[in-house]
Amino acid sequence: MATGIRYRFVGLAIVALMVFAACSSSSPSSGGQGSAGGTITLHALFMKQAGYSDQEVAAMTSAFEAANPDIKVQTEFVAYEALHDKIVTDQVGGSGIYDTVLMDTIWPAEFAHAGIVQDLTSKLPADFTSGVFQSAFAGGEYQGHFYGVPWLNDTEFLFYNKTMLAQAGFTNPPTTWAELVTQAQALKSKGIVQYPFVGQWAQSELGVCDWTTIAGGSGGASFFDAQGKPTFNQGGPLAALQLMVQMKNDGLANPASLGYGSDDVRNVLIAGQAAFGLDWTYVYAAANDPAQSKVVGQIGIAPAPGGGTNGGMSMAVTRSSKHADAALKYDVFLASQAQEEKYTENALPEWKASFDKPELAKGSPELWAAAKIAFNTMVSRPMVPYYTSLSNALQVAIQKALTGESTPQAALDDVAAQVPTLANQ
Amino acid sequence: MQLFARRQLRLTGRWPKGEKWLAGAMIAPAALVIFLVAAVPLVGVLWMSLFHHVLINPNNQPFVGVQNYITQLTSQGFWAAAERSLLFTVASTGIELILGLGLALLMNQPLRLRWILRGLVILPWALPGVSNALMWRWIDQAQYGALNALLTQTGIASSYINWLGDPHIAIYMVVLADVYKNTPLVALLLLAALQTVPKEPIEAARVDGAGSFQCFRYITLAWIKPVILIALVLRTMDAFKVFDTIWIMTRGGPANSTQTIAIYAYQTAYESFNFGGGAALGYLIALLIVGLAAIYIRLLRGGPVT
Repeated sequence: MATGIRYRFVGLAIVALMVFAACSSSSPSSGGQGSAGGTITLHALFMKQAGYSDQEVAAMTSAFEAANPDIKVQTEFVAYEALHDKIVTDQVGGSGIYDTVLMDTIWPAEFAHAGIVQDLTSKLPADFTSGVFQSAFAGGEYQGHFYGVPWLNDTEFLFYNKTMLAQAGFTNPPTTWAELVTQAQALKSKGIVQYPFVGQWAQSELGVCDWTTIAGGSGGASFFDAQGKPTFNQGGPLAALQLMVQMKNDGLANPASLGYGSDDVRNVLIAGQAAFGLDWTYVYAAANDPAQSKVVGQIGIAPAPGGGTNGGMSMAVTRSSKHADAALKYDVFLASQAQEEKYTENALPEWKASFDKPELAKGSPELWAAAKIAFNTMVSRPMVPYYTSLSNALQVAIQKALTGESTPQAALDDVAAQVPTLANQ
Repeated sequence: MQLFARRQLRLTGRWPKGEKWLAGAMIAPAALVIFLVAAVPLVGVLWMSLFHHVLINPNNQPFVGVQNYITQLTSQGFWAAAERSLLFTVASTGIELILGLGLALLMNQPLRLRWILRGLVILPWALPGVSNALMWRWIDQAQYGALNALLTQTGIASSYINWLGDPHIAIYMVVLADVYKNTPLVALLLLAALQTVPKEPIEAARVDGAGSFQCFRYITLAWIKPVILIALVLRTMDAFKVFDTIWIMTRGGPANSTQTIAIYAYQTAYESFNFGGGAALGYLIALLIVGLAAIYIRLLRGGPVT
């Protein structure tokens, strides 16, 4: 009897194993090209956080399907942290399921170099090239070619506490970094706030974003020359790192910034513990939400002096797509002025004309006014195929300079010396 | 049948013939799974580590022999990360052992409400690693964290301390988070061992004039030494490959000061997509852990209960 039960158990285990094996092998085949009844099925990959919500993307997609009955779109959402790996593994090692993918502004060089996204330069509609902010467009560009339809628009803004500035006798937010330092010194010496500035300077991509933003306003965010030789150890980028170190050493920048990401900067700002902070669009809504913010109505938003880092994302068509034209059609639809103006709660449009429509800006005119200038002056992070490795090295260099382990010049020189190795990986 | 089989197994050390194939069939599914998920990748990774394999560059993946290993062993980053791993391991395992022993001794006392104490002690161990790390990231937050609030409000510190932003402090803060989470495991292991310590030798020693400390040092500690070693082995290996706590709390920063070897390997393999280098690192880490294990096994063998 006992052995009978055991046999049955073994049998069950084997059946379970076979079912498991069958399940795991069946999923790739379902990702093939559906062509039942002449309709095309597109597979699109998006991210789950920031920007347009899942529901908004679903609504846009339904509208697209209604307008194009022969095209169906299957959408998939992953966390931002998983997006890059998912695209690369799908296209390089995997079965090439996705037709179109959301591409961060720092990836076009890498993807184009590896040939996993299609060149869209000659296929983009003319109204895009003329109607979209030029600097938003650059987010999908590499060496003069366009690999993405710009879609999700974002940049770093300068958030400031109006009440604190008024207490120190300033009526306007700073428009240059030198002015910001002057105002910060006054705020500190008058004892209005202990650390006037807070940055997202933790060892992460955000540290590179802040550095790029400050470089944009310190002589220009130029990282490589025309021959591809590193220039980020001189000019604007060097001046930016020197300014960051100076601000930290003078007690103008919060020393805790070295461990802060975007959410930390937001929390410090909305707790009323900083007069200035660089952060992304979403902070404006949080600052005016009574449930989260202690300083409702006090936080102002201004374009970062000299231009903020481009944090936008674009839609790319993959190498593996068998329906490249349909995929591009879908991307162009998502990024169309009509769609972008319909969903402005989580992302602002990338179309210049949208900012001349006061009815759109009704809810938060200050944000729209700042964005109109900011989107025109966005600066890009380095555009190189080995960006991830370069960024990791830069993150460490920025931290070494900020902690005083190295001078800004030596820290950036060190990364510049690593460039040939990083490039040949 | 079963009884007979068990007796024969005990006497001869072998399964009786009839049961042999059944035993094989019973372990076959598990063995197959282990083969597929452990043995196959192990060989695959070894093979991968011999190539210049950068995922994003699929057309240039030549065979390079042991070049990936040489590159890693001669790189500053690898040795700096190994050093940080060693520091993390020694600090966290050492503190966990001392605190764990103290807690175990306390829990072993015939106190009233001992069950509450035992329940409380096990709580941190029940936390998922990621939750624990997130909790400590909040506690250590410089401006609105609980630790700075406690220290400034009690007057111990006059200004906020930048726990996770200072490269000289951050590593100890991740050690602290690890200690909080894993001390209960050590305490429970040692408590179990303490409960097996016989009373007679202690009574005999007391009659012979031994003090409390001598009883503890020469009887209790000697008795639980094998379990201490087991706790050490478990914690050392775990601490050496720590990832989640650090990744959530600092991502290896500031200025790489908490970049342990597992973080270094992850960044090589999955951020730079250098799979060849990552695979070589995986093997180097495994070798280091095997080395540690060998030392411990020798210690365990050389220390029988007397």
